[in-house]
Amino acid sequence: MSEPLLQVENLKKYYPINGGKFGSVSETVRAVDGVSFTVNEGETLGIVGESGCGKSTTGRMIMRLIEPTEGKIIFQNRNIMELTKREMRKARKDIQMIFQDPFASLNPRHTVGHIIEEPMIVHHMGDKRQRQKRVEELLELVGLSSYHAKRYPHQFSGGQRQRIGIARALAVRPKVIIADEPVSALDVSVQSQVLNLLKDLQKKFNLTFIFIAHDLSVVRHISDRVGVMYLGKVVELSESENLYNDPKHPYTKALLSAVPIPDPDIKTERIILEGDVPSPAHPPAGCAFHDRCPVAMDICSIEQPHLKTLDDGRLVSCHLYN
Amino acid sequence: MDETLLKVEGLQTSFFTDDGEVPAVDGIDFSVHEGEILGIVGESGCGKSVTSLSIMGLLPSPPGKIVGGHIYYKGEDISRAKESRMRKLRGNDIAMIFQEPMTSLNPVFTIGEQLMEAIRLHNHLSKKEQVERSIELLKLVGLPRAKELLAEYPHELSGGMRQRVMIAMAMSCNPKVLIADEPTTALDVTIQAQILDLMVKLNKETHTAIIMITHDLGVVAQMCHRVVVMYAGKIVEEGPVKEIFSHPNHPYTEGLIKSIPDLHGKKDNLYTIKGSVPRPGSIAKGCLFAPRCEFVMDKCRVNAPELSGSVHKSRCFLHQEQGRKEVHT
Ligand SMILES: Nc1ncnc2c1ncn2[C@@H]1O[C@H](COP(=O)(O)OP(=O)(O)O)[C@@H](O)[C@H]1O
Ligand SMILES: Nc1ncnc2c1ncn2[C@@H]1O[C@H](COP(=O)(O)OP(=O)(O)O)[C@@H](O)[C@H]1O
Ligand code: SF4
Ligand code: SF4
Ligand SMILES: [Mg+2]
Ligand SMILES: [Mg+2]
Repeated sequence: MSEPLLQVENLKKYYPINGGKFGSVSETVRAVDGVSFTVNEGETLGIVGESGCGKSTTGRMIMRLIEPTEGKIIFQNRNIMELTKREMRKARKDIQMIFQDPFASLNPRHTVGHIIEEPMIVHHMGDKRQRQKRVEELLELVGLSSYHAKRYPHQFSGGQRQRIGIARALAVRPKVIIADEPVSALDVSVQSQVLNLLKDLQKKFNLTFIFIAHDLSVVRHISDRVGVMYLGKVVELSESENLYNDPKHPYTKALLSAVPIPDPDIKTERIILEGDVPSPAHPPAGCAFHDRCPVAMDICSIEQPHLKTLDDGRLVSCHLYN
Repeated sequence: MDETLLKVEGLQTSFFTDDGEVPAVDGIDFSVHEGEILGIVGESGCGKSVTSLSIMGLLPSPPGKIVGGHIYYKGEDISRAKESRMRKLRGNDIAMIFQEPMTSLNPVFTIGEQLMEAIRLHNHLSKKEQVERSIELLKLVGLPRAKELLAEYPHELSGGMRQRVMIAMAMSCNPKVLIADEPTTALDVTIQAQILDLMVKLNKETHTAIIMITHDLGVVAQMCHRVVVMYAGKIVEEGPVKEIFSHPNHPYTEGLIKSIPDLHGKKDNLYTIKGSVPRPGSIAKGCLFAPRCEFVMDKCRVNAPELSGSVHKSRCFLHQEQGRKEVHT
């Protein structure tokens, strides 16, 4: 395989908030709390976890839409935290984002053509005629038609709007695409269409993806490796095959087992997690998962586990694997 | 499991818009029996919500109107019932929960106030009894700290907890039928698993029949006894869940099953049904699924197939022909 195109080291985002009855006690939300991973050129890293685990914050920090509290983001061998404004603009062109809610992220007053053209204007690409030609190409590329350029976002279905979001992200020929839950709001049948499209585009343009989802079933098809996040931390990171066939972390197991299986004859012993993800302002002591973990031990509420490399190369953070 | 609670017969619901009549639900028949869990499945825009709103008497009207057919609840035709009658039915017999519980909960009242209001609607209980009943209901739906929750506001709760509160409110009248319109679509899979588990438990314990509306056949496989598959305002297949999954007759049902990503299989391209659900009324003749169907034949574009069969019904020429061949040979 190739060398890492993108490397994230000990990335953190802490939000100070005013807690307590009179807003006097100050607390810290550890939205992302020391995340590290690498992504190779042309591969897809899936990032999975329940809502509130810090997935979007991680993605947005890589785009520097959110300033990290701490950590390094190394893109093409340079720490983007140290780039000049001009260099950062160039990097922004190389890293594009696709969002969950294609409606909220597309300006309803602009035509689809304008929406897709806009990033090219921002980055001074081509003249008007060239850009319009590219818009038409892009529309065809994502499975829409060139005449759609004149229409408005509300005239499209959810799946089609997501295709528009993808066309816009591709407009400036990026190297990396961060897709933040791009199919979570879509019907199962439409999810598959969009996933296939993303995969085809990846092959065609040698794109590198960070694919964020809250559901392991969606990520499986597209990811080479998957990182599972819980309360701001990566708890398991592994080759896709290994993760799905033999999940190690109890949280990964629970996430997998929560996916409904489309076969009424299979009655799996479902692991149903109790409660919700705790608040990142008050993470439980020890292993942050211990109050929901079905196999928690005494040590789990006292000592925090750290990521360990197992024999198959995967990383797991759990006292069971010490 | 025999008594028919709800019987929908030839239901047609349309919206009268500036662009003309939109036949969102176009002649559907199904029934719900006591204690069963019936799934209604189909992609967005197939008419699932309009069906449930029609049953509940909650269609936005205008522009929505039931233009044909009947809805019987225990033999009484409620399709054109007065609002006062419907309000009574909604309080005591048929309850509904929605996809986004936040929009159905009032942000300025506490959970306790809203729960007790729901209880007051159909019971004459003292204040103390109302509080007790509220706590009992919150416990029934598996919410911890029931007493404290009464004093909290909806925004202080997570999405999963809010959906549990909605279920508690719906269950406050011991309904005979609970209609759940995509109750887990906005939730994480882990929380979805909790809510589905809770609904199955309530169905077993209270014998409340459930109509589970979803776009995800995985959800159907996990909890429903029977399923109705809707496409473009019509029912295209209906039958026992096990039967439908082992022998789907309609290409649409088969496509929906196949397009669910496999957690363990090889990861080549995912199966997809090409295209999308047509706008209601936009296909003038023939089978409504023909533009997307892999097996489309010439006659499919000319004639519309009927729903046929007894326990396992489907609306497709392909199957009807095979069925006939099997009979002949
Ligand atoms: N601006 C902010 N101020 C305080 N807390 C925040 C802010 N943004 C996000 N958070 C919190 O950080 C955590 C992680 O959020 P997010 O990255 O959006 O999670 P995910 O994308 O996994 O659902 C959540 O608990 C969220 O409430
Ligand atoms: N208020 C309305 N005005 C016009 N058309 C509507 C209205 N509500 C629903 N429809 C149409 O009715 C059809 C069925 O919608 P719906 O029952 O909400 O589908 P589902 O719940 O299966 O996603 C859709 O084509 C939708 O556009
Ligand atoms: S460290 Fe303990 S509580 Fe945490 S996941 Fe492992 S077994 Fe469970
Ligand atoms: S009737 Fe024809 S077009 Fe319609 S589903 Fe059957 S084979 Fe396909
Ligand atoms: Mg997010
Ligand atoms: Mg609906």
